Amino acid sequence: MNNLLWLLAIPLVTIFVLIFCNDKRQYRLSAAFGMGLQLLYSFYLVFRYTTERSSGNIEQMVFMHEYKWFDSLNIVFTTGIDAISLALVVLTAVVTFTGILVSWNMEKLPKEFFISLITLATGVFGFFITIDLFTMFLFYELAVIPMYILIGIWGSGKKEYAAMKLTLMLMGASALLLVGILGLYTYSSTDVNLLSFNILDIANANIPVDIQKFFFPMVFIGFGVLGALFPLHTWSPDGHSSAPTAVSMLHAGVLMKMGGYGCLRVAMYLLPEAAKELAWIFIILTTISIVYGAFGAIAQKDLKYINAYSSVSHCGLVLFAILMMNQTALNGSVLQMISHGLMTALFFALIGMIYERTHTRDIRLMGGLMKIMPFLGVCYMIAGFASLGLPGLSGFVAEINVFVGAFMHTDSFHRVATVIAVSSIVITAVYILRVIGALLLGPLDVEHEFETGDARWYERWANIILIVSIAAIGIAPLWLSDALIKSLQPIIQKLQ
Amino acid sequence: MMNDSYSYTVAIPLILFFSFLIIGLAGGKLKPIVSGIFGTFFLLISTALSYYTAYSYFFVDGKSNGVYQQLIAYDSLWLQFTDKLQIHVGVLLDPISVMMLVVITTVSLMVHIYSLGYMKGEVGFSRYYSFLSLFTFSMLGLVLSSNIFQTYIFWELVGVSSYLLIGHYYERPSAVAASKKAFIVTRFADMGFLVGILLLSSFTGTFDFLKLTDPNGSALTQGSAISFLGLSVMTWSMLLVFMGAAGKSAMFPLHIWLPDAMEGPTPVSALIHAATMVVAGVYLVARLFTVYFFAAPDALIFIGYVGTFTSLFAAVIACTQTDIKRVLAFSTISQIGLMMGGLGVSGYSGPEGLGYTASMFHLFNHAMFKALLFLCAGSVIHAVHTNELWDMGGLKKHLPVTHIAFLIGCLGISGVPPLSGFFSKDEILTAVFEKNKLLFYVQFLVAGVTAFYMFRLYFGIFWNKQREYHTKPHESPFSMLFALIFLSIASTFVGLIPFSEFVTPDLKPFTSHIHWAIAIPAIIIAVIGLVLAFVMYRKESDLSGRLSGSLGILYRAAYKKFYIDEIYLFITKNVIFKHISAPIAWFDRNVVDNTMNGIAAITNFVSMRIRAFQSGQLQQYAYVMVSGLVIIVLVALYFMKT
Repeated sequence: MNNLLWLLAIPLVTIFVLIFCNDKRQYRLSAAFGMGLQLLYSFYLVFRYTTERSSGNIEQMVFMHEYKWFDSLNIVFTTGIDAISLALVVLTAVVTFTGILVSWNMEKLPKEFFISLITLATGVFGFFITIDLFTMFLFYELAVIPMYILIGIWGSGKKEYAAMKLTLMLMGASALLLVGILGLYTYSSTDVNLLSFNILDIANANIPVDIQKFFFPMVFIGFGVLGALFPLHTWSPDGHSSAPTAVSMLHAGVLMKMGGYGCLRVAMYLLPEAAKELAWIFIILTTISIVYGAFGAIAQKDLKYINAYSSVSHCGLVLFAILMMNQTALNGSVLQMISHGLMTALFFALIGMIYERTHTRDIRLMGGLMKIMPFLGVCYMIAGFASLGLPGLSGFVAEINVFVGAFMHTDSFHRVATVIAVSSIVITAVYILRVIGALLLGPLDVEHEFETGDARWYERWANIILIVSIAAIGIAPLWLSDALIKSLQPIIQKLQ
Repeated sequence: MMNDSYSYTVAIPLILFFSFLIIGLAGGKLKPIVSGIFGTFFLLISTALSYYTAYSYFFVDGKSNGVYQQLIAYDSLWLQFTDKLQIHVGVLLDPISVMMLVVITTVSLMVHIYSLGYMKGEVGFSRYYSFLSLFTFSMLGLVLSSNIFQTYIFWELVGVSSYLLIGHYYERPSAVAASKKAFIVTRFADMGFLVGILLLSSFTGTFDFLKLTDPNGSALTQGSAISFLGLSVMTWSMLLVFMGAAGKSAMFPLHIWLPDAMEGPTPVSALIHAATMVVAGVYLVARLFTVYFFAAPDALIFIGYVGTFTSLFAAVIACTQTDIKRVLAFSTISQIGLMMGGLGVSGYSGPEGLGYTASMFHLFNHAMFKALLFLCAGSVIHAVHTNELWDMGGLKKHLPVTHIAFLIGCLGISGVPPLSGFFSKDEILTAVFEKNKLLFYVQFLVAGVTAFYMFRLYFGIFWNKQREYHTKPHESPFSMLFALIFLSIASTFVGLIPFSEFVTPDLKPFTSHIHWAIAIPAIIIAVIGLVLAFVMYRKESDLSGRLSGSLGILYRAAYKKFYIDEIYLFITKNVIFKHISAPIAWFDRNVVDNTMNGIAAITNFVSMRIRAFQSGQLQQYAYVMVSGLVIIVLVALYFMKT
């Protein structure tokens, strides 16, 4: 049962079953059942992982399996996980499952929708469990392509434009990435017959610093685009706002995490010398991202745009933390990925639900919604508090790890960057409270006929699952953070 | 020092967290009054435990060899940054935290009981009680913190509870704006606090209060040697920590949120914005007093000046406001300024620590009489349905109990013996007199102004002209009067506690006496203020109008709160929103994004041009092929020749 291919097999079987379903009820039930199973399996993996570790397994990756794929080029599909990828797998499972709950009443082509959504999720799961660059790249593409279809068909507003822009920018990034990956492959060994795509092998190869410096920007930017690195983040506001609810959730919640994960696992881990030398450029860019995204969010009027810019800011913090290269900051970056994934999924889910009732996303046209939809209102407030880093919710834990870690650097460059990054907690509070005030509080706008009715059962459960996860990490962060720290050790040693 | 016999104290806050969860989750389904009684009952348990803790700490086993011990009653690891740098969540018992336990639970309990009557029939009664529980939980967690990061955690939580309670009437735009303002201003201050903690911990390598504040420990000497812009790093970090304290405690210029916070229900103002949360800043400075005194004395002096200036500034504004809750809010700011002033001049050992002791004493007394004053104001508002001072008058007949209680509160805050305010104010003035004459004269003046504006309120509400009321004002229900009577008794007698026997900076008790040389002039100036108010506001007269008219621009400026709000509004609306945020949003859409679109457009354009080559016409291909071949041959020939 600990073969990680289950994580791919369950979604594929679900897709297969979906093909033979023939009414709306069957589609959603089989999709929810399949992804529910996937969620349970990911919990089971957590359990297995902890027992494996407590029984003394100190391998970097556990549950490793190898599948020969293309012998002459030595491409071997290798699966394995550590705490970092496991945490992201669980995140993906949670977000996918809640995404399906949220799409319970999908009217337009539900079968195709669920199939595309699960295909996308499969790509993400594959990306996180593989430790082989070649397949990692394949899964990356597998996750991006369905996004084009999902936004183009089920989206709203300028959907064709947004879908095209998103896909082209991510494809452009992946072209850079491909060069970087091939570069890593070429220098993975001095013996031409031993070249390898395996991350663990490449980590042991001593790639010359000059070569590293050549490929580092390609890999970092290649993944960074997906992680909304300034100034290559512009696909994200349009993409998010045009995408249907569940897709926004997966996109901001999970897909953008592939960027952060890739930067950490590939760029930093495999090209550490270059990372140390070139980090300053990207520290400047990510610091700009953090503040720029937050300020950008203040001026927006559309709920989805606000959260898209907020994501630029929060994902900027992920990359910022990665570049700080010490245990605390890296831990913070992974925690921030998980925390941001959960709370942004919650945000987009709620925005979808609110939109369904008000038929607008313009905050100027809404007000006093707390009165007519208290459950959704309270959930939105909790999401907001998580986003502005209230203690007791996951955002705080992640942020303080990042800030404390970043502040361990004693030179003024890092310190100034950190203080600027810390200032985002105020700006975030401004836009979050502005939205809460304009959307939920104040007098109810009676001129607009809002469909009343609070959350339905599936919407309730989607919200509850996400909130409980956010609060669990926020109240008792130690178990997660300790597991992450242990798994980060190999990366930190390379960066020392 | 670890001490297991007090480990039950961890339950004091936790009970209230469960109360919050229970009322919060089941609130909609319970009858409102059941939620109220639930909350009050849970708090009663906490209060009993707190009193018991105070009794056993102060009178049974808190002291060892005549020195109070700092006990770690509970400790657990919460988050680990590195092997050394960790956040623990624990309970630290020492004189100030135990004192704060008593203050918070007492006032909170009174507010809970009072609210049963005051909030009766209001929408959101259960929500109100669940947030009160959340607040009390966070506040207790804050004072019991055993390390500075724990303080920060609960600091944020009290901030959010305050936000939620100020915005209790969330359909009112003014309440929404006030809650937002309170949160953002304090959040801005907390940014300083956070950076201060980061800086402090990066030099001392610990968050732990016991290690930080150990006068013989290594933590104090770590950052002092390194200097930055003329001040030591320690001073910088302690100034930044004070920025957080100034935000919560509404010190100038971060005070602007507090008067607006009066939009919340009045009992909330009594609890959060008078007695407990706003003194968290004073508490924080007191908690880190050793660090301030030994490692950052410049910061301490700065605190003394800021506090004293704020106290005068707010007292002057208080004289001109006409909303009775706002007058009380400015009076709170002014009194907290005095406490900060007392801390700022305090020494460390023995009787030199009088400023510290006096400040804590004043905090204690102030909590009682200011909560009393606010609850009286609530009772008045409850009876006449207005906050405006000049819409009231002649209420002493209608509200006899409230009248006496309010009078006691006013006498207490004005420092008339034998009420509590007299003793603590006398100690503060004595301490300041010995250290800094300038600050002394300012604070002395504040004492007079305080008496004036408090009795302006008193005479304005209860004497003055008999007004016409829509409904005949009636005295409040018993639950409200009970709280008033209890707090009146408390404000009358708590002044007799010999505070220096319990709370001192070096934890060693000393005895202090009343310094009549300072006390008598202070009484005289208070009486002058009182008499002035009596003359001007006892009956309706145009005296006050003439006076404010003759002060002209000064009066206008004070009435407009010295235009600080307008300055903030200008900065947030015009500078940040219009000139930073909106341009960034524009830049992003039009410059960054259009660059990307531009690249796409160029690609498109180029490919349109190149497309012409792929025409599908055989003749054209043949033509291109032949001409290409000719060119290649020519080039090849050329190179072969050379």
